[in-house]
Parts: sequence; structure tokens; C-alpha cells
Amino acid sequence: MKFTLSWLKAHLETEAPLDDILAALNRIGLEVEGVEDRGAALAGFRIAHVVEAVQHPNADRLRALKVDPGDGTLLSVVCGAPNARAGMKGVLALPGAFIPGTGITLKKGEIRGVASEAMMLSAREMGLGDDHSGIVDLPADAPLGESYVRYAGLDDPIVEISVTPNRGDALSVQGIARDLAAAGLGRLKPLVEPKIDSVYPSPLRWEIADSRACDYVLGRAIRGVKNGPSPKWLQDLLTAIGLRPINALVDVTNLYTYGLGRPLHVFDVAKVKGNTLTMRMARPGESLLALNGKTYALTEEDGIIADAAGPEALGGIIGGEHSGCDETTTEVFIECALFDPVRIARSGRRHDVRTDARARFERGVDPALPAHALDLATWTMQELCGGEASAVVSAGTPPAWQRSARLRFERLAGLGGAEVPPDDAVGILERLGFAVQARDAAGVTVAVPSWRNDIAAPIHLDQDASLPEARARAAAEGCAATEAEADLVEEVLRIRGLDTVPPVSLPVAGIVPPPSLTPKQARAALARRVLAARGMLDCVSFGFLEQKSAALFGDTPELLRLANPIAADLDQMRPTPVASLLLAAARNAARGWPDVALAELGAAYRDPSPEGQVAVAAGIRAGHTPRHWAEPARAVDAMDAKGDALAVLQALGVPMAAVTVTTDAPGFYHPGRSGVLRQGPKTVLATFGEIHPKVRAALDLAGPAVGFEVFLDAIPEPKRRKKGAPDLPAFQPLRRDFAFLVDAGIAAEQVLRAARGADKALVADVALFDRYAGDKLPAGKVSLAIQVTLQPREATLTDAQIEAVAERIVAAVAKATGATLRA
Amino acid sequence: MSDTTPSGDDLAALEAETAAALDAAADLRAWDAVRVGTLGKSGRLTALLKELGKVPAEQRKDRGAALNRLKQVLEGRIESRRAALEDAALEARLAAERLDVTLPPRPHPPAGPEAGGIHPISRTIEELVALFGAQGFSVAEGPDIESDWLNFSALNIPEHHPARQDHDTFYLPAPPGANARRPVLRTHTSPVQARTMLTQAPPIRVICPGRTWRADHDATHSPMFHQVEGLVIDRGITLGHLKGCLIDFLRAFFGIGDLPVRFRASYFPFTEPSMEVDIGWNRRTGELGKGGDWLEILGSGMVHPRVLANCGIDPREWQGFAFGMGIERITMLKHGMPDLRPFYESDMRWLRHWAADPLSPPSLAEGV
Repeated sequence: MKFTLSWLKAHLETEAPLDDILAALNRIGLEVEGVEDRGAALAGFRIAHVVEAVQHPNADRLRALKVDPGDGTLLSVVCGAPNARAGMKGVLALPGAFIPGTGITLKKGEIRGVASEAMMLSAREMGLGDDHSGIVDLPADAPLGESYVRYAGLDDPIVEISVTPNRGDALSVQGIARDLAAAGLGRLKPLVEPKIDSVYPSPLRWEIADSRACDYVLGRAIRGVKNGPSPKWLQDLLTAIGLRPINALVDVTNLYTYGLGRPLHVFDVAKVKGNTLTMRMARPGESLLALNGKTYALTEEDGIIADAAGPEALGGIIGGEHSGCDETTTEVFIECALFDPVRIARSGRRHDVRTDARARFERGVDPALPAHALDLATWTMQELCGGEASAVVSAGTPPAWQRSARLRFERLAGLGGAEVPPDDAVGILERLGFAVQARDAAGVTVAVPSWRNDIAAPIHLDQDASLPEARARAAAEGCAATEAEADLVEEVLRIRGLDTVPPVSLPVAGIVPPPSLTPKQARAALARRVLAARGMLDCVSFGFLEQKSAALFGDTPELLRLANPIAADLDQMRPTPVASLLLAAARNAARGWPDVALAELGAAYRDPSPEGQVAVAAGIRAGHTPRHWAEPARAVDAMDAKGDALAVLQALGVPMAAVTVTTDAPGFYHPGRSGVLRQGPKTVLATFGEIHPKVRAALDLAGPAVGFEVFLDAIPEPKRRKKGAPDLPAFQPLRRDFAFLVDAGIAAEQVLRAARGADKALVADVALFDRYAGDKLPAGKVSLAIQVTLQPREATLTDAQIEAVAERIVAAVAKATGATLRA
Repeated sequence: MSDTTPSGDDLAALEAETAAALDAAADLRAWDAVRVGTLGKSGRLTALLKELGKVPAEQRKDRGAALNRLKQVLEGRIESRRAALEDAALEARLAAERLDVTLPPRPHPPAGPEAGGIHPISRTIEELVALFGAQGFSVAEGPDIESDWLNFSALNIPEHHPARQDHDTFYLPAPPGANARRPVLRTHTSPVQARTMLTQAPPIRVICPGRTWRADHDATHSPMFHQVEGLVIDRGITLGHLKGCLIDFLRAFFGIGDLPVRFRASYFPFTEPSMEVDIGWNRRTGELGKGGDWLEILGSGMVHPRVLANCGIDPREWQGFAFGMGIERITMLKHGMPDLRPFYESDMRWLRHWAADPLSPPSLAEGV
């Protein structure tokens, strides 16, 4: 919402400087978006008279002027403008002035032998547009010596505020003035109450055929009008706030749209077919050629204004081209109506029409204003265009808007936290237009002004369907009992200034606050830390990606495809964060960084239900380890990813002994180099592996890449047990190595498990320290070498006992895997 | 080989025979033989094309068109068989490349290209948790894909409320079923307020950090971003507490004990009274706490009675406040980060520069 300072002052009697007004607007909820003081840079420029213009003696394209700046002196000015001529009036800059359009400070000079003591300006040189075809050519009656800024109406700062959706009344200069007056910035000026003589019956009548289309409408004609361009003051006003002046009749409607927040529409009576304007719903197949030149195909949900020929306006949103007023109009019919805000909002959105009328009607306009506004518009149109007014015609009835609300003074502190003297509170409400109906020591009951449809409004709850009935009812009654009062508390605090409310630190229950994270949440934070500590960079990526890419990683159900993606490559909710990270790896590689280790904690989307949005700690490694004298570079491999996944599981309290590996990993992994980590047969804790070469190729990822995903929600909560006493045997452990020859298909895990189980009392640990497959072995065989740690507890082991355990271990491994001890 | 009045049967036969030969080709070598035998210099189709000139003029046009069609069909079949054979060869190779995935992984993580680190957004969330935790808040969470009711209606934003237009909502398809509303990608973290009020009896004191989504993408807007929501419901909580809570947080978060904080009246459908909160800064230098300019940083207010009632809480008994702020915004301000877009790019150079040390989580002892 834009307005000029002088327009505001037409409604607000105030001495307050602009800065105070801006600060107050910000304070009371009418946030200032911008202030434009167009005149500031042009303050020194004056209207001057070109007394003489002759050809420059030494330059074909220049002229030598004698210019009167208004004090009777004559200045010599050399000018290149083709339109410079004797007798014209223009805008003069004197030496020392800064020329905004050129960025130069003007100096006296001499141009080809002729003195130039000043400069005549073009619009572009003043920064007022692109026109540089010549110097500004003012009308002959422009006052000589006057400041150009003042003459051109540019000395009026333009203020733009953002108006929140609840404040339809602040989409008007009057409404803004009222709020400022309430905030102590001056006095609201009453509106003129013109007396209109109605000298003839209206040539048109209203009919409301469908009350959905309109609640209430007034109209009046003026005959004998002489339409044409508006006077300069009105054109300047509209131009200042960014509107294009059209003609006087239309400009007056815009004046009141902005001045009073009261949209009006004007029909050219001669162009209306028949003598009735009907408010009805559109019929299938009807369309409207609107004033903006576009044609709208109407639906049965659109409320329209129709004449005998069909739709003439999309009611409350935009008028029709056909019956609009132009310079030929001699009889005008003014429409002043009330529309249902919801219907306006729907129609406006359906057709994507944004107009000043729609913005006001969808927030709700003052239901008590139409008659007065119609008189004001009639009066102004008659002032500008002459003519005589008809009687007023109407249809429908204004909706009931009268409401009252009660404020208990203690609620100002009880809800608002502010000690406000009751007289101050009541004063604020009265200045906002609330009328005191009753007041006692405890509170005040006020009538809500017609223009504040946001206060004590009808309550429409949308309660959760699963609430127990009694709880829902109590809550609804509570809302009915408190809402209007909260509205009033807000009004008082808003106008008084929220800075007057003293801040109070929240009371804290004790010295040590309760834990702020649930165990599950704490685990996510820990997983992120573990991965970062393992050298991975924590990433945050969009949860959606291109469907084609997503499909490489799993199902891409329709239910997870955005109905309105912002770009075609951001349309599918990702099946796993691994997808996002691999895309990131490809981008990094394209920038010359093929070796990356990236992790992300985020959702994998399986279905749209809350349970279908699975929390995952994912990571990828791509490329090679760095070259180093102590450790040769190598490609990342599936074991790296397994190590990452296991490190997360271990940190999150999963007992490592309980984790098993299966080879049924998802299809985006290399089928032979991937696995699933499980706890028990059902619980899938994680997947890991090398990325499938086809997936890499599809993502343009040239080098090796591995990845993993840990399903955080699947991890059982670790049991919190106090630790028992540590196991500190008195005897030294013994370590024995065994090398087994097994079939290549045998999993190392089977060998380790068999060895561990061979003697649970003595075997404390089993570690695989060598794996060899090569031409020294029979084909299809591998050698697995393990170190077994034996921990005696009662006495040092004898050689015979050691031998016996060793035999048991060999036997157990042989039984489980068919292994033989390697010679 | 061809008679002078071709019937077209020969083309159908060629197509069928080639298809059969392709199916029978078990490896790329056999496949190539079929390809050469069909499309090669002396292939069957090539021969037919060469003989087109001998066809009577009145039939030539139709015959030519039929041959072209056949050529496209055969080329397609040959190509798709090649892809299938290559896939099979790849799968066979991959199957042979088996790794024993039960092997224990190496005892240490691989040397990485860089030290790892925590993303600035994750870091800020941890700081929020620590600072609000000290004020007695716990963390509540909710899903990214949210019901229309929780994202809007419960929060007093009915379907045709003008505030909905400001949200640029991403929609997902409505699930099958009568009158099912389309789920949304949550446009703010506020639905977690409603979730919490429905599942937890007051008193409530939660923050809800998380991902949020709006269909807006330019230099200063990302279609996915992060917010933190705060909700306090108790007896006797006033707007004074709201101010105290936020001033305490903002000064601690930015580490400026006298950070100017300004409260301006505003409007949100889910709070009343509502206010926007500004902090003092120098617009020119970006320095916080000094300079006389104001920067909007969050929205807040007393929870609207309708929101309480929609979630089954009696506003006569309970009241409280809520606030929401953009995590990227406060992160950028705190660290002087100029651009929003790189947050989501996963450019390792950017991450490396801005990442936080994983071994130094935010701590009240050290100051966040």
C-alpha cells in the first residue's frame, strides 16, 4: 500500500515529522517497506525562462541561450537540445548543483568560446525517466523561479507499507491516519459529508439474482459529464503511488479505492444493454473481456455483474472493457457494492487477477461506508466532470456487522504482560473507533467499529477430529470466551507499543534443566558427529530430485511426486539421501574434486505417511584416498562404507556381536560388493556397498564410489544398565594363530564365529589378520588366518590344555565351514 | 532374390527372422553377426534397399516407406538387444567380482581428502538446542510431508485465508479415497506445534527445528530451508515472558550481551498479539549490535485461542507463546555468510570452509 505524505495529511492533522510517522507505522504493525523522497536530489532546480536562443557561433549543433532564472538576471547557457527555443520555460541547474542523471557536479565553463553559466535539464538528467530527446518543456504558465520539485509535485515523499491480511481497513489512507492518530501522532480529520442533489431517476437499476454474487449494492448515475484527463493534482497523486491516470471518472474510483479503501466501479450508461445490472453467478461458457485486455473464461463459481448482453464485470475484482468509461462517456453509473471476501479470494486466485479491488474485498471492506462513499465519489466526479446526479438505486441489504467485545483490564497484564492504566487502554480503543458501551472498575465493553472485521469476528474452529468430545467442547467454549478479549489486548498493546512491555525471563524449573533431546534425537546428533569425526563432511541437500535420478535408487511412487515442482529436475521425493550425496559427488568431481567423503542426516521417503519418512544417516565416499609416503593411495571400497556404518551403529549402542551381514542390499549397490547389516532376522539396521557401475554412469560419476545408509529409527534403544565390576583376570592371556584353507564362497564371519564358539570360557577374542587368495593355493580356495586370544582364569594353561583348545577350535571351524588347517 | 512385384511378405519374414536371430544371440559376438547380416554392407535389409530402384515406379513409394519403417524397427531391436546383452555381461562380471562382505572392516576410517566437519545449519541447530535447553525447552519433531490440516487449518489458516497465498506451498498428489486433501511439504515448522499440543498435556515448552519448503527459488530464497519453532504453553505465561525468552536467546546466540532487540506489532494467523522482532545492526558493514539500523529476524506472538482450541486446549486455563525463525538467516548473520545457495550445494570447498569441528559440540561452558 502506497501513499504520499500530503495525502496522509489530508486525513491526519499532524505536525509530526516524517521520521516520527515512519517509526510509529513500524511500531503499530503497518511495516514501512520503503520511503521515496523523489524531490531530495532535485531540490536546487528552478523553473527558468529562455529569453533568447541563437545559433552557437562555433558549433552547428549547439545553441547559445540567455536564460532568466527568475531574478531578472540573464545567464548565458550553451545547450545542445534540439527543442531549445526562445520563449520556452524549462528547468535550470546552477553551478555547484549535482546532476543525478549524469553523476556530475555542474561547473561554470566555456563551450567553444561561449560562456556557459548554468544548464537546462532533460528529464533523464534529472533522473526522472529516459527522455533525453530535449530539455524539459514546461507549460507557459509554469511559475518562473519556482522550485521545480514543488511545481512537479515531487516534494511529496511516497511511503509504502505492507499491510497484513487481517487489516483490510489499513489498505486506505484514512485507515492509516486513524491508526496513527490513535498512536498519538495527531488527529483524524472527519470526512466531508457532501450534499448531493438527485435530480432524475437512475437510468439503471440493480438486481441481485443470486445472493452468493453480492450482498448489497448501491448505484447512482451522473448525466452530462464531460470526461477527460484528470486535473494535475489527481494525476500526480495516482502517478506517485504507481497508478496510471486513465480519465477523470476512472481516476476518481482509484482515489477512493486508496483514500478510503472503498473500491468503486464506473459503467458508461450508454454502453450498458438494457436497464438492469444483475448480480448473479456466471453461466457455463460465459466469458469477460476485462479492462486489462485479457479475456477470462468464467465458471459457475464466479460472481458477476451482467447486463442484458452478458457479463460486464467480475464482481469485486475487475470491470469489463465493453462497458467501461472513456473520454466519450457522457452518463456514468457508479457501482458501490459489498462482496463475500471468500468468493472474491477464490475467483481472484482462479483467474489469477490481482487488482486493488480484489485486495480490499478479499480482506473485507467497511460495510457501513457504501452510502457515504457513493456520495463522496459523486461529489468529486461532479467537481471534475460536471453533470447532474440521479437518485440512488440499491439491492440487497448490508450484512449485520455490529458486534461488541469486553476487555477485563487485568488481562492487559495477564496476557500482555503490561501494566496499562485503564484510562489509557480505553482512550486507545476510542481513538481506534471503538465506542464504549459500558465500563466498570474491572473492564470495559465496547462496540467494534464497522471497518474492523478482524475484531470479535465469528469463530470458525477446525478442531482435530480425534479429540474426545468433552475436551473439544471445553476448548471451543474457552476460545469463544477469550478470543475477542485477546483482540482488544492486541489493539491496546499494538498502539501503545510493544516496547513498553517489560521483558521477563522464563522461569526455569531448577538449576539443571531436563534433557532437551530425547534419546532418539541425541542419537541423530551423535551419528552426525561420528561421521564427521571419520572425515566426512556433513551436508544438507534438497529432499527432492529429478525423478529419473531418483529411479536409480528405488521406487518413485506417484504419491511422492510433487504436483507443482519448482523445476522439472526437482520433482520426486528422494528414496534415499545416498542419491543426493552421489549427485553432490558428481558435481564436486566436475569442479575438479573427485575425492570426497560426504554424509547427511535426513529423510528417505518411502510413502507420504509420517512413518514412511524414514530418518537415515547416510554417507558416500568417492575417488581415492590421498597419496602419502606411509600409505599408498587406493580406491575407496565397500569395506570403507561398512566401517562407516558400523561406527555409527557402535556409537549408537548396538552390540557389535549381534550384528549380522546379509547380501541382499538394494539394487543401487554393486550386487557382489554390498551388504545389509541386521540385528536379528528382521531388523535392518543399515545397508552398505560399492555403488553399482550403472548408477555411477547414469550420474556421470567416473571414479569409484561407495555408500551406506543407517536407519536410525530401526536401532533399538540401548538398555541403560549400570556397569558391573570390570573383568581383570590375574593370568596372562595367550595368543595363537591358525591359518585355514576354505572354499572361496565361505564367509569369513563363519570362521570367526565358529572359533569364538569353540570354547566360550577360554576364547576371549578372535581376529582375522590375513586373507590370501592366489596361485599358491588350489583353485577356488582362500586362506583365512585368525588370531585367537585365550584367557585363562583359574590357572596358567598347560601345554596339553592349550593343545586341546586348539584342536577344538580347528574342529569347530572345520565343522562349520569345511575348512582345513593350512599346512 | 526379389521378384519385380514385391508383396511385402518378404519384409515381415525378414523382421521375424531377425528378431529370432537376435533372441538366439547369446553374446555380443553372435549379436554382431546378426547386425552385420541385416544392416551390414551385404546385409539382407541393405540388399532390399539397393533393389528399390528395380521396383516398378508406381509401387516404389510404398515399398520405400515400408523399407524405411522396417529399417527403424530393426535398428531399434538390434540396439535394445545390444543393451540387454551388455547388461547381462555387466551383471555376470559384477557377480564374479564378489567381495566377502562379512570381512571385518579396516580398524580405522580411510584417510579422507579433508578433515570432516559439521554443516553450519546442523551446528546452529545444536546451538539452538543448547541455548533453549538451558531455558528448559525440549526438542519436538514432525515429518516433512504433512497434512493440510496440521500445516494450515489447525493453525487458523483456513483454506481461503489470504495468508495461504504467501506460503507458495508444494503439494503432493491426494491419496486415493474420497475427499482426501492433498498433503503438503510443510511450509513452516509450526505444524509441530499442533502435533505437540495434541499429544502432550500442558505445560509445554518445546522447540522444533527442521526442514521447511516453499516453491520459491532465487538468490535469497531456497525451495528447502530450515526453521525453528518455539512453543510455550503454561498458566500465567505472558507476552513479557515471550520478550524475555527471545531477548535472552538472541543475546546468547549472537554473543552480544547488549544486542538491541525491537518488537513491532504484526500479524500471524496463529498468534495474537503478534509481533515481529528486529535486532540492531549496521546495514552497511553487517556488524550486529551497533549502527542504528534494524534487521527483522523472527516472528512471534501469544498463541491464538483458535489454535489452542483446534488442538483441544482450553484457552481459559492455558495460554502461551510461539515463535519461528529462519535458521539459515541467523546462521548467515552470525557468521557473516553472504550467500544462501551454497548451503545446499554440498561443494566440499564451501563445506570445508564453514564446517564446525565435530569434536567441539556447542557447550554452555565454552559459550556457543
